[in-house]
Amino acid sequence: MRTSSTSSRLLAATALVAALGLTATACGGGSDSSGDKSDPASLKGQTITYWASNQGTSLDNDKQVLTPELNKFTQQTGIKVKLEVIGWADLLNRILAATTSGQGPDVLNIGNTWSASLQATGALMPWDASAFTAIGGKDRFAPAAIAAAGAAGKDPAAVPLYSMAYGLYYNKKMFSDAGIANPPKTWSELVDDAKKLTTGGHYGLAVEGSNGSENIHHAFVLAKQRGSDWFDASGKATFDTPANVAAVKQYVDFIAADKVAAKGDAEYSQNQTITDFATGKAAMMMWQSAATSIKAHGMSPDQYGVVPVPTQTAGATGDAGVTSMVAGINLAVFQNTKHKAAAEALVKFMTSTPEQKILNGTYGSLPPVKEAQSDPAFQTPDLKVLASVLSSSAAPLPQVPNESQFETLVGTAIKDLFADAAAGKPVTDDSVKAALTKAQQQMPAS
Amino acid sequence: MTATAPPRQAPEAGPGSSKTAAGRRLRPRAIERLRQIGLPYLLLLPALIAELLIHIVPMFFGIVISFKNLTLFFIRNWSKAPWAGFDNYRAAIKIHEPIGQALLHSFWVTLAYTVLSVALSWLLGTAAAILMQDSFRGRAIMRAIFLVPYALPAYAALITWTFMFQQDTGLVNHVLHDQLHVTSNKPFWLIGDNSFWAMVIVSVWKSWPFAFLALMAGLQNIPRELYEAAAMDGAGVWQQIRKITMPSLRPVNQVLVLVLFLWTFNDFNTPYVMFGQSAPHQADLISIHIYQSSFITWNFGSGSAMSVLLLLFLLLVTAVYLLFTSRKRGDADA
Repeated sequence: MRTSSTSSRLLAATALVAALGLTATACGGGSDSSGDKSDPASLKGQTITYWASNQGTSLDNDKQVLTPELNKFTQQTGIKVKLEVIGWADLLNRILAATTSGQGPDVLNIGNTWSASLQATGALMPWDASAFTAIGGKDRFAPAAIAAAGAAGKDPAAVPLYSMAYGLYYNKKMFSDAGIANPPKTWSELVDDAKKLTTGGHYGLAVEGSNGSENIHHAFVLAKQRGSDWFDASGKATFDTPANVAAVKQYVDFIAADKVAAKGDAEYSQNQTITDFATGKAAMMMWQSAATSIKAHGMSPDQYGVVPVPTQTAGATGDAGVTSMVAGINLAVFQNTKHKAAAEALVKFMTSTPEQKILNGTYGSLPPVKEAQSDPAFQTPDLKVLASVLSSSAAPLPQVPNESQFETLVGTAIKDLFADAAAGKPVTDDSVKAALTKAQQQMPAS
Repeated sequence: MTATAPPRQAPEAGPGSSKTAAGRRLRPRAIERLRQIGLPYLLLLPALIAELLIHIVPMFFGIVISFKNLTLFFIRNWSKAPWAGFDNYRAAIKIHEPIGQALLHSFWVTLAYTVLSVALSWLLGTAAAILMQDSFRGRAIMRAIFLVPYALPAYAALITWTFMFQQDTGLVNHVLHDQLHVTSNKPFWLIGDNSFWAMVIVSVWKSWPFAFLALMAGLQNIPRELYEAAAMDGAGVWQQIRKITMPSLRPVNQVLVLVLFLWTFNDFNTPYVMFGQSAPHQADLISIHIYQSSFITWNFGSGSAMSVLLLLFLLLVTAVYLLFTSRKRGDADA
């Protein structure tokens, strides 16, 4: 009896261990039998995974927008797409985890400022000439959008999907009430106008002080207008040059010295800027492709105007005339995909002219595909301004591998400077320089 | 060798054994014994494998990575990352250079945060547990209410606090400034100097119920007679607390304070939900600092080295604490 019970216990234990072993194997990821064949007929029945970024009002909204389009793709090609919409807070970490483990999606959206960093990891398929030919050629895309898809001199790490640009949004009624005829063209005009508009609990301008990325985007433009960059030709950080110090100080001074933005803005990081603008608490804001969000807050398009962000002197050209970063979302193919041809087919579909019109039209962004730009959906007054900014006065953020460190360190430094300004502590050239020097010293050597 | 074991040594002789004796004889005794001795180990094996996979292996790789120059260029194949020797550690402990200086600052912030949070949580927990010791009407409801912060999902609770701490529209400033007129203007809680205090307040709110729960359980074990005898001898409430309650709670407190210290020191949720990926300088807790050093800037070697240093520090604190408290307890017992 004892022997038999021992045996059964042994058997149970062995089964348990075997089951555990099996689970561990399952965790190791499945293998895929369907090979990579470029013959369209053989792509039928393949299933690919697509990680989309949050472009709509919510993750669910994105699903509603994308699902019918992806169904069209399935109908056309027979390739099934498993869609996952990932919020911005998680997307980069998810990509990082996928890169490390080699287990990831087949196709994914990336913020275009991450292009060079992700390119350096080798996680994304390089888009060489033949890959571009397969989706209709590189010439189909706006050059500025291509410039923000990877380091210069290398094959782009992704393909532009949605383009955006910064513009100065202004409240028409508040302007006319204050007797201001035209929106500002230079920064001194902006500050003068904003001072007139700052009265009785209303402010001339709203800024998103605790949002590191927003801080970086504005500091980048303000520095560019002074002919200054954040990295030298060898990719070394040059954060604390006098021009960069002046650029950051000019931005923080909207709260600190000019007092045309509310102190509370120093705390903003959840797009409260748009709320303030749409509800009339602030008369101006600098934002990228904000039409959909403004509308969602109840402000109609005829109540506001959009012009290019001011420059230091009126009519400046070249670097001095840069008014926006090239903002946007790129579409990439994961290097480790087992369905490369199917993944490329999805990229071809998403960047096709009809889809570009539908998707960008829905999201309020601009199509990076030139052919789609002439569509009436993109001929609204605000989008026409943003399209012209994108084509003539936008520059890509530094396309260097250490871009994400730059965003974190300098973005946080500016956030802390805003906190000083809000607390009434002085923000001086020295304090700005000290903050930028500290950020620069924490950058990796390369 | 074992196969030649003499048949008469075969175990288990019982009714009917003569019929199967031949088969039994063939079964080597040593294997039988091994089976019996091996069974407990076999049953432990799943736990051992799980422990290895969940704790030991990741820790081992974490330590290995801390000696590597693992940046974004190598994350796809981290075995190819060049060895860095002690460079990552050197950078972390050079307190006169930016990276070390920032880490040291973060360390002091974390230490202050932990000491304050643990002390206040303990004080509140103890006071509440003692007050709830005697039965009165509504005690059960009060106990349940006290445990709410502990039962709430961390994220939901923390995001609510973040809303409450907003400068312009938050409840805290509404009460302090608009209603009570305690402050002359609305202070900022989520940026600048006050961010540290906001974080401490939330942390205490979050962890005191655990102290309360543990101490309440500890109080159940103190015999009522002790208090009655002390009261008969004329001891007041304070004397009873000092001479009976506190010494009796010593074993509970020993574990409680240590656990609270370790949890709070490693706290990631509170600063992450309150401040996002970049905490204000004044509230730069070490867990967020390490997260930034590895996940945001993609320098996993440096982040791992900082993690190993943190682990060593916490191990040291734990060892010294246990040694100290055990000795004190030993002295008290003797």
